[in-house]
Amino acid sequence: MSVEENKMPKRSPFSAQIDLAKFELATEEEKRQQDVMSESTTFLKDGMRRLRKNPLAMGSIVVLVLILLLIIIAPRVVPYTYSGIITVDGVRDKSAKNLAPFTYSKLEQKYIDEGGEVFPHILGTDEMCRDYFMRVIYGTRVSLFVGLFASVLVLIIGVLYGSISGYAGGRVDMFMMRVVDIIYSLPDLLMVILLSVVLSQVITFQPGSLMAKLGSNMVSLFIVFGLLYWVGMARLVRGQILSIKENEYVLAAQSIGAKSGRIIKRHILPNCISVIIISTALQIPSAIFTESFLSFVGLGVQAPMPSLGSLANSARDGLQSYPYKLVFPAVMICLIVLAFNLLGDGLRDAFDPKLKD
Amino acid sequence: MARYVVKRLILAVVTIFIVCAITFFAMNAIPGGPFNAEKAPSPEVQKVLEKRYNLDKPVGTQFVLYMRNVFRGDFGVSLKTGRDIADILWTSFKISAKLGGMAAVVAIICGIVLGSIAALMRNKWPDRVIIFFSTLATATPSFVLATLLLLVFCIKLGWIPVWSAESNNYVLPVISLSVYPMAYITRLTKTSMLDALGQDYVRTAKAKGVSPKKVIFKHALRNALIPVLTYVGPMIAFIITGSLVVENIFTIGGLGSKFVSGITNRDYPIIMATTMFLAVLMIVFNLLTDIIYKVVDPRITFE
Repeated sequence: MSVEENKMPKRSPFSAQIDLAKFELATEEEKRQQDVMSESTTFLKDGMRRLRKNPLAMGSIVVLVLILLLIIIAPRVVPYTYSGIITVDGVRDKSAKNLAPFTYSKLEQKYIDEGGEVFPHILGTDEMCRDYFMRVIYGTRVSLFVGLFASVLVLIIGVLYGSISGYAGGRVDMFMMRVVDIIYSLPDLLMVILLSVVLSQVITFQPGSLMAKLGSNMVSLFIVFGLLYWVGMARLVRGQILSIKENEYVLAAQSIGAKSGRIIKRHILPNCISVIIISTALQIPSAIFTESFLSFVGLGVQAPMPSLGSLANSARDGLQSYPYKLVFPAVMICLIVLAFNLLGDGLRDAFDPKLKD
Repeated sequence: MARYVVKRLILAVVTIFIVCAITFFAMNAIPGGPFNAEKAPSPEVQKVLEKRYNLDKPVGTQFVLYMRNVFRGDFGVSLKTGRDIADILWTSFKISAKLGGMAAVVAIICGIVLGSIAALMRNKWPDRVIIFFSTLATATPSFVLATLLLLVFCIKLGWIPVWSAESNNYVLPVISLSVYPMAYITRLTKTSMLDALGQDYVRTAKAKGVSPKKVIFKHALRNALIPVLTYVGPMIAFIITGSLVVENIFTIGGLGSKFVSGITNRDYPIIMATTMFLAVLMIVFNLLTDIIYKVVDPRITFE
């Protein structure tokens, strides 16, 4: 500010005007201190700010990103596949059975001695001469894919069902919720096992398609998830909608003739998005748990496709000699589930403090 | 109250019926009958057998007949061994019930104790240690834990003999089954205990000069345990499904391993019988938990 501006106007002797010369100008910093209002913020920004302050949640994000990078980059760097027998110089190496981490088979050693280069087996090889590191990587891929896909399935069905039931209300709501009650009280894992047994016998796919590669077990797992696991989400969404639809803005929208679908989509769902996100984040680890459980029982992915559960299961055969084969997939499962659990908790604390259990 | 119990009872009966129906019709949907083995009997013999086992009747009638038999305690015979399934169920259930019961008791007692300690010593090292391990435990599948325990204590260290006809050591299976629910109960107890300790009646009790011990046990803990009670039903369900793999890993001949071997052998009558049995067990426990919960806490309304 220039001096010019602060010049006193001419003062009459009877004026009550304050003598500005006796005052000091506030510095910019002092002005800022007087700001009582915090910066205007959106719901998302506010939540993210709180999430960023949570070291556990941020750590989980870092771990998940690292795992994601690993499973994307590793197959491009490592020259082995998850299903192929290791080849040395174009020859199948049948001696590369059950190698310890970072060791080479006789054939490979010979090749190295002759000046060839062999990519190290970071986690050794399995009993069928396959690179174990790649199997763990692909197992992680499969498990993550299953977790994400199953959660999205649950999300779509649950949100659709819950919002229709909650918005319709009355008899429709009552009937739809009785159905949910019954499915909710079914012992889910038992039903999953049962239906997986049956569906894997009943469904067949054209060989070569993605479905066939995943195997009927996986597809039946998704079907079962779509049939049984959406009820929790549906209940949650319905409860939210029941309270949100009483708001005046919904009434206003109705009064100007907005259609139900539009009201649900534009006015109601955005207001319960936090609950949906949180519950999806917590659904992922439970789906991964279920998948690894089924794979462990022998109802998981089709061989030779690995999943973390099936790797842990097959590691049991050579447990005495090769315990590390159990440890790697087991640690991977724990890490992923732990990270998603902590991230889900963090999201809950950040976006919906009321939802604490 | 009576209305609530009746409502829950009806729901439970409907659920049990649906479970039975799903199981029966799902098993019937599988292509290939029980007599399609490698040594298929001649058509005449097959006809007699089908008549004997009511397989010539429509599926609906078969279901009614099967359910009638189940109510009389007749689950049919195993396809692989030819043994009476009711017999198999009963002998293996005794083992599983012992294992599951011990796991449940350990989980509840240890969970409550650890949770209370964590709440009372909030933000001190015992709290941190307990919460760290319980968070870790909720991320570990029971089959991973069971296999690791087996590896370390039975194979590497040799402290505990592997399960066999002579040595029935329940320690490791019980640990592997109870760790997850224990961790869950610990966290549950901690939150509800903290909640209870912050209530007015606790402050009043302290102000009156009631001894800290009495405040904790009589005022805080008793109220903190109500949320824990709601977890008993899901816990039983978790232990039952967990026992499927844990029994398999420790080669315990309980219901769980019968179920899993039934799956691998495609022994459908066994799968059907165990599914129904375990499902009914879970539903009944859920029903009991819900009812007891409402009875214990008078603040809850019955609507």
